[in-house]
Amino acid sequence: MQQAKNLKEYRAELREALGDEFLRQAMDKFARFYPGARARAFAGMDVDGLIREIAEAKDKAAARMDELYEQFKAKAEAAGVKVHLARTAREANEIIAAIAKENGVKYVVKSKSMTAEEIHLNDHLEAEGYEVTETDLGEWIIQLRGEGPTHMVMPAIHLSRYQVADLFSEVTKQKQEVDIEKLVKVARRELRPRYIEADMGVSGANMAVVETGAIGIVTNEGNARLVTTLPRVHVALMGLDKLTPTLAEGLRVLRVLPRNATGQAISSYVTWINGRNECAASPDGKKIMHIVFLDNGRSALARDPLFSQVLRCVRCGACANVCPVYRLVGGHRYGHIYIGAIGLILTYFFHGRDKAKNLVQNCINCGACKAVCAAGIDLPTLIKEIHARILDEEGHSAPSTLLAAVLKNRKLFHSLLRTAKLAQKPVVSGGYIRHLPMLLAKDQGFRVLPAIAAKPFRDLWPRIRPEVKSPRYRVGLFSGCVQDFVYPEQCVAAVNVVAGKGAALDFPMDQSCCGLPVVMMGEIAAARDVAKQNIRALDPGKYDYILTLCASCASHLKHGYLKLLGDDPAWAVKVRQFADKVIDFSSFVHDVLKLTPEDFRKDGGSVTYHAPCHLCRGLGVKDAPRDLMRDAGLDYKPSEEEEVCCGFGGTFSMKFPELSAELLAKKLDHAEATGAQTLVTDCPGCVMQLRGGLEKKGSPMRVKHMAEILAQQIK
Amino acid sequence: MNENRNPVELFEEKAKAVSAVVSKVASMREAVAYALDVCDKKQACQLLVSGCSEPLSEKGQALCETKQQKVIAAPGLSPEFFADLEGSARERGILCIEKGMRDHLGGVDIGFTLADFGIAETGTLVIISNSEELRLATMIAEFHVAVLPQSKIRETSRDLEAELVALTSVQPSYTAFVTGASRTADIERVLALGVHGPLELHILLLED
Repeated sequence: MQQAKNLKEYRAELREALGDEFLRQAMDKFARFYPGARARAFAGMDVDGLIREIAEAKDKAAARMDELYEQFKAKAEAAGVKVHLARTAREANEIIAAIAKENGVKYVVKSKSMTAEEIHLNDHLEAEGYEVTETDLGEWIIQLRGEGPTHMVMPAIHLSRYQVADLFSEVTKQKQEVDIEKLVKVARRELRPRYIEADMGVSGANMAVVETGAIGIVTNEGNARLVTTLPRVHVALMGLDKLTPTLAEGLRVLRVLPRNATGQAISSYVTWINGRNECAASPDGKKIMHIVFLDNGRSALARDPLFSQVLRCVRCGACANVCPVYRLVGGHRYGHIYIGAIGLILTYFFHGRDKAKNLVQNCINCGACKAVCAAGIDLPTLIKEIHARILDEEGHSAPSTLLAAVLKNRKLFHSLLRTAKLAQKPVVSGGYIRHLPMLLAKDQGFRVLPAIAAKPFRDLWPRIRPEVKSPRYRVGLFSGCVQDFVYPEQCVAAVNVVAGKGAALDFPMDQSCCGLPVVMMGEIAAARDVAKQNIRALDPGKYDYILTLCASCASHLKHGYLKLLGDDPAWAVKVRQFADKVIDFSSFVHDVLKLTPEDFRKDGGSVTYHAPCHLCRGLGVKDAPRDLMRDAGLDYKPSEEEEVCCGFGGTFSMKFPELSAELLAKKLDHAEATGAQTLVTDCPGCVMQLRGGLEKKGSPMRVKHMAEILAQQIK
Repeated sequence: MNENRNPVELFEEKAKAVSAVVSKVASMREAVAYALDVCDKKQACQLLVSGCSEPLSEKGQALCETKQQKVIAAPGLSPEFFADLEGSARERGILCIEKGMRDHLGGVDIGFTLADFGIAETGTLVIISNSEELRLATMIAEFHVAVLPQSKIRETSRDLEAELVALTSVQPSYTAFVTGASRTADIERVLALGVHGPLELHILLLED
């Protein structure tokens, strides 16, 4: 459970997690295994279609949550079940404790429920004098250790067999062997008497089907079956978001949930319970059954136009499975109770701003979670939005306010960059900043940073601007600040590739930073101002394409601007036109200009590739860059985990340098293992990170932007 | 993907992929013989790698004492087949029960049941478990042997939707989807079977 009071304490916790070798290895192993297992589980299925259907159905259900609750309640109560609605966590705890009391309960067995974790049910019941035993193996282990789960589906993934053996030796007062098969059987034998003596079983539920009145519970171990069968009282606790109108919709969730969670086609057990079933332990031979629905902010969420999509979550945990940050630090540091990307968001709503304020800053915005979400939730955007809300509530930090002020004023921003070029002179050598002042250099030693270029691209442009007679396309070039002021040669290379292919390039001088950095810092008002400025500068009416060589800028121009201005009546049409025309460099060269192997030299040497997050996921561009490299006469050697983030993340790498360094190290190891001479990528931010890391390492491998390698190969 | 696949074959493939042991039987009599055979071959109360001789707490150990004989639990069988099973079981020294599962919570060797439907694309058994005896038999058994008439296999859960709506609408009712043996990967993500429920699932595809 993440408890840090401020970012400094939080970073200390992160460093501690980074030092946990077992955790790192376990998470790494899983992160490598998961994508293949998921792909196999979904083979031949229309995954995107299913996800869209789930999103739509869950949105509709959320909009009629109150009505669905009343209908379900009527149905279940007709079968003798008592249905409760708890407005808050405290109310839920009190309702469940009261049920225990009125039934003379002493012992309670529980099957896995994130909702019970959310309300700290065990603590409450134990404080009231009940003995509570978790029966899911992972949950039992963490209960014995007095911890919370570190993953929604695999709660004890952070622990080794040795730790479990020690724990079980303590519990049984017998020395246990370190053998997973045996440890599992020890748990089987030790937990069986608990079911037998329990008077009350508490379970969660994955769905409550209004059409039938039944609840559905998904498990692999089968413990939920025993928990709901043996004790005379059964309490099922679930969020209001689990209400689903029909069984068909529930079955559809069931097609996706286990596949997305663990790569299983279905879990071992799915249990549908409707009404008071036979129970020999009960006085009248029928189970005493209660269903407790938890609101705890859910009905308010359902009314929020942006955040209602959070209620689509089916708790598969996949957003954690693919998150590069979670992979490094684990769920106790990347979540409060709910972990992973969805956890960052839920923490704010269920557990409050204080628990969420450090967590939400730890998102690198790589988009891996959004791409894998079973319900199509736009997780990165929501995380950024919460960050922005917290800033609005708590006050903006000085650096964030300053950056916002600077970026809103292009002339000021650009003249600051020009001044910085002069100021850096004493510390620059060979194009890199060699001696950062201590204040700036803190923990940034894992890479060297590039110097600001002698002349920005905007100053070179008037001289190199190609003359194109009867052009096929009118193209506005958007450079982004890094290529304008740090890597102008990348834009020059692009001009050389495109020149003579029928595209008339234009470079409007009023363009500024795309605004993504201020979005990342939660400065939404500034982000809107910057967006308007760029749309004015690159009027979509004037161009067929708005070309950018920066994947992050491209993704933000195409999708981010729509989110910022799409609801503003004065801008809605313009921003849509603008977004439609934005294109990345690889797609432009490959799909629009349609360059072929005949346009390039042969034998350009060996290359490997790093797929920028904002290109492969942000824009869904996957084939164009890879095809281009092959077409351009390069020997392309794919690298492992090519689409995993390099750790740059703009301001993220400044805020969390330890995490950035780890992600970079892994990325470079994979790239170097291919034996290629050159590492190619499509984003100047990634170039900065990768080149800085290789330079620091003294590696012979070179980093080139796609435009540079193509310019080298073009005939 | 699974178009034109014979659902019985698809079922067999998918069930095997999740560790179920699948065989075809021509008659209920053959199924009964199969269950007895499996029971014969397994050690009583063996729990595979962690038998009664393994170190347990006092409470855990005490449960071992409750089971001294091999037991087949077969609730829900027709009187004719139950008599058949009980007779053959007695000859082999195996206790055959159809009720009183709560007296056997230390475990029974074999839970022998009839499945109501099969879902081919996931290798899933659908078992109407409204009877507590039947429910418990499939949970406390070390091995679960389930007979599934081949005519009851559908390709996907969608093809079974109307039946499932009907089954789960009954008040009260307890409907179980069972796919493979009880499993966990909670310790170091290593797959281990039989954490709370059966260690093995045997499915007998009955020609009907």
